[in-house]
Amino acid sequence: MTRPLRDVWADTLVEIARVNPDVLVLDADLASSTRADRFADAHPEAFIEMGIAEQGMVGTAVGLATMGFVPWLSSFAIFFTHRAVDQVRMSVAQTHANVKIGAAYAGLQTGFTGMTHTDIQDLAIMRAMPGMTVLAPGDATECAAMVRWATATPGPVYLRLGRESGPDLFDETYRFQPGRVISLREGAEVLLVSTGQQTARCVEAAALLAADGIGAGVLHVPSVKPVDEAGIAEAARGVPLVVTVEEHSILGGLGGLVTEIISARAPRRVERIGIGDTWGESAPGAWLLDRHGLTPGRIAARVRGALAAD
Amino acid sequence: MTAQRPVADRADRAELEGLARRARLLVVESVAHAGAGHIGGPLSAMDILVALFFRVLRIRPDEPAWPERDRFILSKGHSAIGLYTVMALRGYFPEEELATFDAAGSRLQGHPDMTRLPGLDASTGSLGQGLSVGVGIALGARRRGLDAHTFVLLGDGELQEGQVWEALPVAARYGLGNLTAIVDRNGMQQYGWPLPTGEANRGNRRDPWSGVDLPAVFEAIGWRVLEINGHDFDQILGACEAARAAGPGSVPTAILAETVKGRGLSFTEGASEWHSRVATAEEALAARLELGDGTP
Repeated sequence: MTRPLRDVWADTLVEIARVNPDVLVLDADLASSTRADRFADAHPEAFIEMGIAEQGMVGTAVGLATMGFVPWLSSFAIFFTHRAVDQVRMSVAQTHANVKIGAAYAGLQTGFTGMTHTDIQDLAIMRAMPGMTVLAPGDATECAAMVRWATATPGPVYLRLGRESGPDLFDETYRFQPGRVISLREGAEVLLVSTGQQTARCVEAAALLAADGIGAGVLHVPSVKPVDEAGIAEAARGVPLVVTVEEHSILGGLGGLVTEIISARAPRRVERIGIGDTWGESAPGAWLLDRHGLTPGRIAARVRGALAAD
Repeated sequence: MTAQRPVADRADRAELEGLARRARLLVVESVAHAGAGHIGGPLSAMDILVALFFRVLRIRPDEPAWPERDRFILSKGHSAIGLYTVMALRGYFPEEELATFDAAGSRLQGHPDMTRLPGLDASTGSLGQGLSVGVGIALGARRRGLDAHTFVLLGDGELQEGQVWEALPVAARYGLGNLTAIVDRNGMQQYGWPLPTGEANRGNRRDPWSGVDLPAVFEAIGWRVLEINGHDFDQILGACEAARAAGPGSVPTAILAETVKGRGLSFTEGASEWHSRVATAEEALAARLELGDGTP
């Protein structure tokens, strides 16, 4: 089991700041949830509390970035992509500011906060912003690599961090490359395309399908933007059915991205699994994943149904 | 509190006034040439902009990214043409380039775009965002040990944006004496609240902060407040000097500058319709007659 990504995010920044004095963390009063408090404890001089004021925090980060600092922002995803979206748009994305957004509690599993705090539109919103890099790590190893890459690479980055821990996907040989898609399993009948920690559930689903004699491949898309369009199209060409699976709305996120690519470059049937045209709610994470068809068993059942309908 | 510092001499004052007249005319003519743009806000802020760029800001127009420069953010980004005209007169780019305002491919966008025009310290336009960026620059300058001062020019209407009220207490909490907010209090906004019958005001709309003691509000949040006439160069320069003297470890300064929207032309002063009107050929001629060609 991997460490929760918020822990990995904070611990990695603690390490980076030991050698890079330009790295700062700005927090909008959620440090104890996002784990930015670990950074505050380790590097109090590099931690800037902004109060419950996400819009002001984003703008302040832009000013710090123009002075050569590398500000990482700490809050829940929803408050970046919804409350402060205009600041992210104009002050960050349009100026290509070197601001890094640590978007905690993204996806369905938000610790019983309900729909007010559930961000299942963030990928759709952020990938529509020109110049924004949008990353969704699948496990702790990938998350740490992304934090290091983002810190070292000029330009705005949105890092999608789930709240809960999940299985490990990668070992220490992993190297992050923006845009790259990663094949985790080959299969001739269906290709599961996923991102973030949902990929691990797809790997389990593929194993369930294999037990039924169904060959299911798994393609991990950790970099939603930029993305290797040719790589996705090439992987799709080997199968009659592509199924996108995301802990996100099926409107405009990974499903939208993959459908856009495949409709132009490798036309074939695409099924999208994710949250339908609805909001989140307070409930146990496992219940929410089941409710929206994101557990391995539900994914496998959906694939069987889709193949049977052919 | 008011602050006064006399300008150096009559010639100094005449130069500043001549520059402001010239810049106001360029605003009217550039907007007329583009067929779009704002007049009222750029004209109300013009004396402040001229004072900043010609006397206050430590800047190098031929080296716009000079690391030790003072920073300036036009948070009321719709007054962009006012900033562009002053930057042109100050030597950031040729005056002729003002003719490209709003044109396809121009560096002089309808709202300031720092990725296109060197010398801009922020991109602004969606109101309320500039002061937060200024907070970040001031924090960063202090961390870098730079003596640079950051000035942010806001509109009084713009103060209605919530983000401003996120930046104000943070700047005070961190003691950003190297940050100054100048509020262009022209008393009007694009549409505003209708003026009830019998109620007096500077224009034909109610003041954006009617009934609110704005200086007291700023002071209560922890800012030092200087109230000035935003068309009096002595007062503008004195306030800016006093603000800079605060030093990086003190309280931030708010200069609340009383101004007249559309200042400088008889037919634009206090007229809400000139918020974003384009001068006709006759009006442009009238502007030239009133303002002269700008030569002292």
